[in-house]
Amino acid sequence: MKITYRWLQEITPVTASPAQLAAQLTLAGLEVEAISPVAPPFAGVVVGEVLECTRHPDAEKLSVCQVTTDGVNRLQIICGAKNVRAGLKVAVAMDGAHLPKDVHIKRTKLRGLESNGMLCSSRELGLGESQDGIMELPMALKLNSELRAALDLDDVMLEVNATPNRGDCMSVFGIARDYTAAQERRYLSYVSKPVAAAQQAVFPVSLQAGDACPVFASRVIRGVKADAPSPAWLRERLRRVDINSISAVVDVTNFVMMELGQPMHAYDLAKLDRGITVRMATAKERITLLDDKEHELDGEFLVIADDSGAVGVAGVMGGRRTAISDTTTDVLLESAHFSPASVAGRARRLGLFTDAAQRFERGVDPSLAALAIERATELLLECAGGSPGPVQVTRIASAGAAAAADEWVALRRERVTRLLGAPVPDSEVQAVLGAISEKAELTAAGWRVLRPSHRFDIRIEADLIEEVARLRGFDSIAEFHATAPQIPGDATEKQVSQERVLTAIADRGYREVITYTFVDPSLQRSLFPDTPALALANPISAELSEMRVSLWTGLLHSCRENLRRQQNRVRLFELGNKFVVQSGSNLLREIETLAGIATGQRLPEQWGSAKEALDFYDVKADVMDVLALTGDVTSIRFEAATLPVLRPGRAARIFRGDVAIGWLGELHPQIAKELNLSAAVFLFELEMTVAFASKPLQFNKISKYPSVRRDLAIVVDETVPLAVLRENVTFSASGLLSDLRVFDVYRGSNVETGRKSIALGLILQDSSRTLTDDDADAVVARVVARLRDVLSATIRDQ
Amino acid sequence: MSSADSLSALVNEALADIDASGDLAALDEVRVRILGKKGLLTEQLKALGGLSAAERPAAGQRINDAKTAVQSALEMHRIRLEAGALARELAKGTIDVTLPGRGQEPGSLHPVTRTRLRIEKIFSQAGFQVVSGPEVEDDFHNFEALNIPKNHPARAMHDTFYFGDGRLLRTHTSPVQIRTMMSQKPPLAIIAPGRVYRIDSDMTHTPMFHQVEGMVIGEHISFANLKAMLHTFVERFFERPLGMRLRPSYFPFTEPSAEADIECVFCGGKGCRVCKHSGWLEILGCGMIHPKVLDAAGYDSEKWQGYAFGAGIDRLAMLRYGVDDLRLFFENDLQLLKQFP
Repeated sequence: MKITYRWLQEITPVTASPAQLAAQLTLAGLEVEAISPVAPPFAGVVVGEVLECTRHPDAEKLSVCQVTTDGVNRLQIICGAKNVRAGLKVAVAMDGAHLPKDVHIKRTKLRGLESNGMLCSSRELGLGESQDGIMELPMALKLNSELRAALDLDDVMLEVNATPNRGDCMSVFGIARDYTAAQERRYLSYVSKPVAAAQQAVFPVSLQAGDACPVFASRVIRGVKADAPSPAWLRERLRRVDINSISAVVDVTNFVMMELGQPMHAYDLAKLDRGITVRMATAKERITLLDDKEHELDGEFLVIADDSGAVGVAGVMGGRRTAISDTTTDVLLESAHFSPASVAGRARRLGLFTDAAQRFERGVDPSLAALAIERATELLLECAGGSPGPVQVTRIASAGAAAAADEWVALRRERVTRLLGAPVPDSEVQAVLGAISEKAELTAAGWRVLRPSHRFDIRIEADLIEEVARLRGFDSIAEFHATAPQIPGDATEKQVSQERVLTAIADRGYREVITYTFVDPSLQRSLFPDTPALALANPISAELSEMRVSLWTGLLHSCRENLRRQQNRVRLFELGNKFVVQSGSNLLREIETLAGIATGQRLPEQWGSAKEALDFYDVKADVMDVLALTGDVTSIRFEAATLPVLRPGRAARIFRGDVAIGWLGELHPQIAKELNLSAAVFLFELEMTVAFASKPLQFNKISKYPSVRRDLAIVVDETVPLAVLRENVTFSASGLLSDLRVFDVYRGSNVETGRKSIALGLILQDSSRTLTDDDADAVVARVVARLRDVLSATIRDQ
Repeated sequence: MSSADSLSALVNEALADIDASGDLAALDEVRVRILGKKGLLTEQLKALGGLSAAERPAAGQRINDAKTAVQSALEMHRIRLEAGALARELAKGTIDVTLPGRGQEPGSLHPVTRTRLRIEKIFSQAGFQVVSGPEVEDDFHNFEALNIPKNHPARAMHDTFYFGDGRLLRTHTSPVQIRTMMSQKPPLAIIAPGRVYRIDSDMTHTPMFHQVEGMVIGEHISFANLKAMLHTFVERFFERPLGMRLRPSYFPFTEPSAEADIECVFCGGKGCRVCKHSGWLEILGCGMIHPKVLDAAGYDSEKWQGYAFGAGIDRLAMLRYGVDDLRLFFENDLQLLKQFP
């Protein structure tokens, strides 16, 4: 909502500077988002008059003008504008004038003739682009007066952001009213000047939409010069608040809307068929609006109709069929109230954004309709002439009664202090309430306030407390810390803290990323072809249109982007939700997941260590280290499994006991190729809740007795996983195995094809005695025997 | 030449030879030549037998003195030689201490996560509980229960992502207020950080961003308490004294509602490009919880009251670290990530 400083001053006294005014409005809840002069700086431009105007002898498009700026002396000025003519009041940039955009005016010669200045266009003075040719100033302006003063150009535009609850501040008057309440504790009421009827024509109006339109003021004005341009002052006023001048009739309705907040409409009376009806639209009712587009409506839309059909969508936009044109002579002015509920969201549904809808959906004062039409009449007669009929105010009896019923809002004295946490003197509460409403009365418990018809946001006690706090200024409330109950908080060991998990994985050399939770469906489909995903109905782009079913989609994207930015070693992780659609139902589970990606060399490029490519087991160690935070490593299992996105034979499902907690694997080479990833890429994910549930920690006694180590190289079939080997060794060692180390895995000479040699270090220890060599040998013998029997293992010669 | 003279000549010669020995082997040669079984001094000791009993003690004493002198010179030179040898040995092992160390390179937390964790820490120390809620929400929790009915103009402030079946991506963390109130009894103090979504994209808007919601409910939790808490929070967060002001604003779920501005952290309130020359930076929205919201959650609004606030975590991170384009946070360029250890 744009207003100007001077416009506001016309309505209420403002002594503050524009900058101070902006601060005052902002601190009272009307945030001033921008403040700018209505005209850029210029100097040396005065009002002059063209006395003579002749064609330049050597230039077809130039005129030689004799201009006076003081009524006595003559200045010869060469002008290129088409509209220059004798008798015109013009803006004269004198020799030495400084114009916007660093233009300096000097005496010069144009095609051999002297020119002592310049006749200015509005564009040259930074006063808008719309007009062709030089400015045609009002004849009433005095010669030789500074143009800035003559046109009051030292005015300032303020862009005020009225919040959606403050429909009453969508006008200069509304802002003035709130400003006056805040600064002067005075209630500003609007006084209208009725314009007497000069003829008796009225047009029939019937309201058939109940509360949606309880009041409809209309007036017939005959003999209007619809093709008349607006006077300069009106065009300039609208320009300052960024509204284009259309015609006198339209400009007047826009002016009244800006000044008072009442959106209005003017119909070409000749094009209206018999009578007006305000009703809900019928299903699939069609209407071409002033945007020249045909819109299809439904029963949710309120329309203004005549006997031939809809002539406008109420509170949104008028229709093309009955619009004012240059040939219009008789006008029907409309000034109606449409309820917020009947307008809210309707413009958006039509793909429109209009000043009228913006106001009606926030709430326009129902009592304003009959007042604003008087103001519009006054201005219309001034700008376009005509003969006004009487104002006809059509009301719905029932709805009208409801609207007219007094609505009182009560405020209890002690609630002010309790909610704000600061005492407010009664006299100040009284002063604020008296400044926002015509009626504010004392009651036993405090006060009661008659809800002003323009305040749609004052309904309950808290709304009044807000007014007290807002108009006094939030600064008037001193900071004061609440006293909190002393309740000890959590420090759980049942779950590894999120921060601990994050720092642990970061300390393993992974960098955290945050990727969008909506991803490219085609990428997601190529990774998870069989997993259903939730798709957005209105995505911002096709690439961000489906909820991720795994964090890997975003991680792969980030990895690829970084490789493209010349990084050759990428290790990333992310913590966030994946969105898993339960198969066969609509149910969605959001699962908080830690996921990672790694590619490139095992170690950063450095001297003195071999360049080795990262492999599955490097990443497995990272995953295990993080899982070790639970204090429960022994119940973690990696089971060979398959997932389309992972390379067959290099993928593992991770379990804690019987609960699946995650995945680890190498990206399928086929997918890697499609994504132009040349090095092997490893991926892991862990579901936070299940993966990081901690085991209660329990101290185990430390054995006083030394341990014994026995090394074995065991040859088994390729298909025998270490996990099975471990199970059997543990079983045979019958409680004496304190640790089992794998220190080599070998394939090659001395080992048959299809088999592998695994070197195991058995650390044996008893808690109650020192193990002898014989004890250790016995264990080894049992282990060897079992491995041989169960797994057809052989022992490789040391 | 007396035997005494010849002895001292022998000693002098021996001492000179010791000094001249360049290594342990040469030194040992000297020792053998003088003190060995057939060494010059040993021979002299042997020759003592040929002296008279009267001469023997004095001569013996002289030879022993000479022997001691040579032995101690030998020992001292040996130590010297060994020290030199060790020094030479160590010198050979000198390394370039400026070469880089080896091993894994460190990882890092995302600046937004750093910021979130700091916020959580600041509030948990004040007794706030950290809670969370779903990102895919329904109209009730995201709008209706927060006093934003259908067609409410405030909905235009939230350009919402929908799934077409009634579900939507939450546009703010405020639905967690509702979920918390419905599952817990007052009094309570919570913060709820998380991802939120709006259809928007430019330097300061991304379709996904992070908010932290805060809510405190008690019998006497007041606007003055809200001001005090927020002011202390921003000063803890930015680790310096900082002016703060609350400006009246509007949210359907709070009344009164306010927007909190802090003194611009870049220009100290003097006015700069970042604060659009106002000297103030808007950092969060807040207010006293609307009675309708309390009632909708089953709290008696006559008895309970409280405040709520919502701040952009990314925005706080941008201000804290001087990042001027929000989108950078989600581009995940390692060149940015590596700047936040």
